[in-house]
Amino acid sequence: MRSTKALPYLLLAPATIFLVVFFLYPFVLVAIDAFTKGGAVTLDNFRTMTSNWKFSETLRNTMLLAAVVVPIQLAMALSMATIVSKLSMGRSAILYIFAIPLGLSDLAAGLIWLTIFEQSGFLNSWLVSLGLIDKPIMFLGYQNKWVIFTAVVLGEVWRATAIMMVILVAGMGLIPKEYYEAAEVFGAPPWKRFTKITLPLLRPSLQTALILRVILAFEVFAVVAALSGTQFPVLMGETYHWQFTLQDRGVAAAFAMLILAISIAFTLLLLYLLRVPREARL
Amino acid sequence: MTAVTNDMPIAPAAVTDARKAGNWLLIACIVLLCVWVLLPIYLLLVNALSSPAQVTGFPKRITPSFDFGSLSFFLNFQGVGKALWNSVVVALLTMVLSIGIGAPAGYALSRFDFPGKQAFRFLVLMTRAFPLPLLALPLAVLFIRTGLDDTAFGLAIVHTTLSLPFAVLITFSLFSGIPVELEEAAWTLGCNRWQAFRKVVLPLALPGIAASAVFAFTISWNEVFAAAVLTIENRTLTAFLLQSINVSPLYLKFAGGAALVVPALIFIFAVRKYLFAMWGIANR
Repeated sequence: MRSTKALPYLLLAPATIFLVVFFLYPFVLVAIDAFTKGGAVTLDNFRTMTSNWKFSETLRNTMLLAAVVVPIQLAMALSMATIVSKLSMGRSAILYIFAIPLGLSDLAAGLIWLTIFEQSGFLNSWLVSLGLIDKPIMFLGYQNKWVIFTAVVLGEVWRATAIMMVILVAGMGLIPKEYYEAAEVFGAPPWKRFTKITLPLLRPSLQTALILRVILAFEVFAVVAALSGTQFPVLMGETYHWQFTLQDRGVAAAFAMLILAISIAFTLLLLYLLRVPREARL
Repeated sequence: MTAVTNDMPIAPAAVTDARKAGNWLLIACIVLLCVWVLLPIYLLLVNALSSPAQVTGFPKRITPSFDFGSLSFFLNFQGVGKALWNSVVVALLTMVLSIGIGAPAGYALSRFDFPGKQAFRFLVLMTRAFPLPLLALPLAVLFIRTGLDDTAFGLAIVHTTLSLPFAVLITFSLFSGIPVELEEAAWTLGCNRWQAFRKVVLPLALPGIAASAVFAFTISWNEVFAAAVLTIENRTLTAFLLQSINVSPLYLKFAGGAALVVPALIFIFAVRKYLFAMWGIANR
């Protein structure tokens, strides 16, 4: 073929140019925004960010949320994936149902859980009809920070477990059946098969799923906005607040840098912790 | 396989009993998980299909009254029609952009070996380690300078950075699944490269490409942060709901939530066969 040498580059050019212009370049811009003020290089934006009275609460909320949500999701996603891979009948129907939240907006997920937790919502209705309380409680008020936290955790777990599950189901499909048959011959009980075969061989999928999920956890925004308004500040919400309400792009950019730094740090950590030696790849 | 388990030193009756108990446990887990996923959605729909008075009233009924008061209030609310329309336009643009740019890249990755291939794959994978909605911040300024601010096209560009990696990876795995021999056969029969692609590869890949297009549409339809940052007059539905979240009455929120959820449910149902292909390849 005459043009074969140039063809792949021509085909890749639009995507490459697009990603360079709209992905790499903006990240350089946001870094410049964060580290400068009025044209001079300074850490002022970061000082404004950290000296804000809400900052430590914001950071703590975001990290705590990730620390609680991600392990729950990992356990649930592993159980769901195991269940799905065990099924022979109705597998695709169950998989579709489990995967539904994957296609929903985080804002919609927040609104969905609002129907349960709001003052005239379903949780109060059930509690009253069971006679546990006399009148509806205002769950999502500032006096009930822990209820807000629980509601956000439930919303996040509900919404984003499906992403991990689908990746893990696909990963489990790649594990050769022979390993399990051999383990069964040697009398390994199911739990041992899970910990000695599934988990180690699932490591690349676990890595992908966790990286995706952890980054999404630091981006938590709309679920919180729908459930608590501004009563439960998180990093992404504060970024939006500084950019939009306070119109201070420098500080918003500083928040963006912080989220980026945390995301990259955790990505590298997960890449290291769940690394797979080249010889051990399937 | 069953023969092997029966050889184990346990009485056969005990084995079947344990199996049965295990099966019931499995079914119970499945039912529980299905309720966990579906019940909250059902409750949202109950609210959306009740009258405003019932939505703010107490206690709540678990069945909808099929009163369309909330929905018609929502649809007639100032700005909702336009927001819905904007959402659709942005999502369609995202779909066209991400397939138009992503599919050629996916084809190149699946058919050629060339220097720089790894670098490109790295660039695509890197997008996954970044909180992409943050791109909206610097792009907001860039768009003001270029006149793209507050336009559907500007927002579609940000949404395309979200969906492009998926489009590339999905089309890559699609084209990899189509034997190159089919193309070679077409070449020997006198087709040039483009004709062979159009007449042989494209028809085979079309359902998958359509699925990844729907997926791109869904990503854009659902996105909140960038939409809220980048649009002021031309708000999408998510941006509209977010920006009025502190002032709008409950029935408006829930009807809006249902308007977000129902199309997404249909989209996800349409591409359910490809969910695996889409996320499975995330492993490689």
